Amino acid sequence: MADTATAPETALVGTLADVSVVICCGSGGVGKTTIAAALGREAARRGRSVVVVTIDPARRLADALGLTEGLTSTPQRVPTGPGELWAMMLDADEMFRTVINEHAGDADQAERILANRFARSLSGSLSGTQEYMATEALYRLHDDERFDLVVVDTPPSRQALDFLEAPGVLTRFLDHRVFRLLMMPTRRGLRVINTAAQPVLRAIGRVVGSDVLADAVAFFQAFSGMEGGFRDRARAVDELLRARSTAFVLVAAPRPDTVGEGVWFAEQLHRHGLSVAATIINRAQPVFGDGTTADAIAGRERARDDAGLVAAWEQLIAARRCVDTEVAEVEPLAAAVSQAVWVTVPLLADDVHDAVGLDAVGAALMASPDAHDH
Amino acid sequence: MDPLSDLIAPHVVIVAGKGGVGKTTVTAGLASAAASRGERVLVVELDGKPNLAEWLEGVDGVEVMAISAAEALDEYLRDQGFARIARRLSSTGVIDVVGTAAPGIDDLVVLGRIKQLERSGDYDLIVVDGPAAGHALTMLTAASGLGDSVDSGPVRAQADDVLALLGDPQRCQVVLVTIPETTPVNEIIETAYEIEDRVGVQLGPVVVNLTEPAVLEADISDDRPVGAAWTAAIAAALDDGRISTDEAAALAAAAEFTAARAEMQRRELARLRDRLALPLVVLPAVAGVDGDHITGLADHLMGAYLHGGLPSDG
Repeated sequence: MADTATAPETALVGTLADVSVVICCGSGGVGKTTIAAALGREAARRGRSVVVVTIDPARRLADALGLTEGLTSTPQRVPTGPGELWAMMLDADEMFRTVINEHAGDADQAERILANRFARSLSGSLSGTQEYMATEALYRLHDDERFDLVVVDTPPSRQALDFLEAPGVLTRFLDHRVFRLLMMPTRRGLRVINTAAQPVLRAIGRVVGSDVLADAVAFFQAFSGMEGGFRDRARAVDELLRARSTAFVLVAAPRPDTVGEGVWFAEQLHRHGLSVAATIINRAQPVFGDGTTADAIAGRERARDDAGLVAAWEQLIAARRCVDTEVAEVEPLAAAVSQAVWVTVPLLADDVHDAVGLDAVGAALMASPDAHDH
Repeated sequence: MDPLSDLIAPHVVIVAGKGGVGKTTVTAGLASAAASRGERVLVVELDGKPNLAEWLEGVDGVEVMAISAAEALDEYLRDQGFARIARRLSSTGVIDVVGTAAPGIDDLVVLGRIKQLERSGDYDLIVVDGPAAGHALTMLTAASGLGDSVDSGPVRAQADDVLALLGDPQRCQVVLVTIPETTPVNEIIETAYEIEDRVGVQLGPVVVNLTEPAVLEADISDDRPVGAAWTAAIAAALDDGRISTDEAAALAAAAEFTAARAEMQRRELARLRDRLALPLVVLPAVAGVDGDHITGLADHLMGAYLHGGLPSDG
């Protein structure tokens, strides 16, 4: 780590200076939340007014940022300078209530929707809702004059691209055929839906119970008239995600599974006409000295019957073998994101749960010597 | 003192852990180890990741099956006599509506399908590569949650069957996977308590993956510093000119890093042992994942519990 402090700053500094939205993506367990926090901190140190939005409720991030009371669903100022750093945690349920209140025609409609059991479970169980609420938060924070950079860490989805499709989740849901079936009677001006008349509804009712179905029907009825507003907003959020000032930062661990997902994600972004701005290989085996694995093996041979020295060489051999393996493993990803900034963050002796750890990650992010020729 | 026998004692073993801890690798290792003892093993994967089938290809006695919530719900509806409706449901995506109307029904039908496979008698062991830790809890509580909100009908019956499976330690247990680092250990302790309190399913031995070799070989109660001998040997060799200054620096850096990680892991393993009072099975990092590496993991699973890692009353 001592070496990296004096190394030249990477192009990642430029990326952070030029954009107004950074979206950290990657598979679960690669350290997206930590990277998002460290990126935000480094940007604030360079004078920007940054808000970091995390999905991960982990206590350690609040601790590492110095927020003794924990993260909240509204941005809190974190002591750092000369810019500003704010941090918040997404509360999907609360964001859902905010969204409903905003789009509802009047307080009465909002209340009817929010009192509905079906609506209350929507934000927790409809797949993609968490991503949708994250993009909503992103859009609002982007509009908020206090901030000129929003860094968001994406939910650990099964599908890395859920985030891109998230703005349309609710409108697609409202477009369902069943929704139209449910809405039909109201269009005809009937107050009571005869659920038994609809075979699909009858089936759903027999499986989940008629009370539950009645809630669903009431929910869709209460939504009547709000679709247009949701559709407009979805378009606006989609535009923000596709803007040139939005950077996708791909975080991967040097393991075949996350590399494979990273490659797939980069390809999908390309298909959407977007690209990865920076790739961060997190928790890479640190490099010790300039020699090769073969050099270390030769060293062990020379140590002969000095058991302690042989054991010491064994550690170096293992470390260098690990580096060799990782360099080979990330190769497909390097090829897939050839235009992107490439940064390697070494594995630390302990995991990141305090300011010291976050500083070490930040230093590596901003100054890591480029391991690949990009 | 045989971890494998304890890990695979019930018919259904649900492997759970956060992303990045190697849950799927451990699932494959368990399946392979059980098969090598002659058991007929079914591996169920829920995340839609095709890795498992690839890794376990050619392992005798292991079958891999992917179960998705949408398919399980579809099949469930067919079983309930809604064949035509089920077809319409899946084709219009109304499953989202059903899933929201009855939160947890997708998880419930998946567990119901697993219960059905267990009852079929076709397998001695079913290893489930469960969803990531947070979702695992949601999935395991789906049956009691739905059972509470639905008074009767097929969903209620299904919930009762699944609760019976989860509550019977002869039939089912959860194996938690973690890595020996501060945050993952905190999270697994929390998850373990919640699973015990809210689900009432039996917890099997905890598998600690990606452990440093220096920790694997030692007794974690041993408090001598890791790597002291390495440092002394490096200094002596530099003194009498057997290694160069550059070599000494590289060796010292590697030794210091390895020792620091080993110390941290030893500390976290001891904490895990003290807080959970569950036996710990430690596994090394495997360089890659293919048939050979899985067999290597299987050997470790059949080996022994962590030295000093058993609770004092265990």
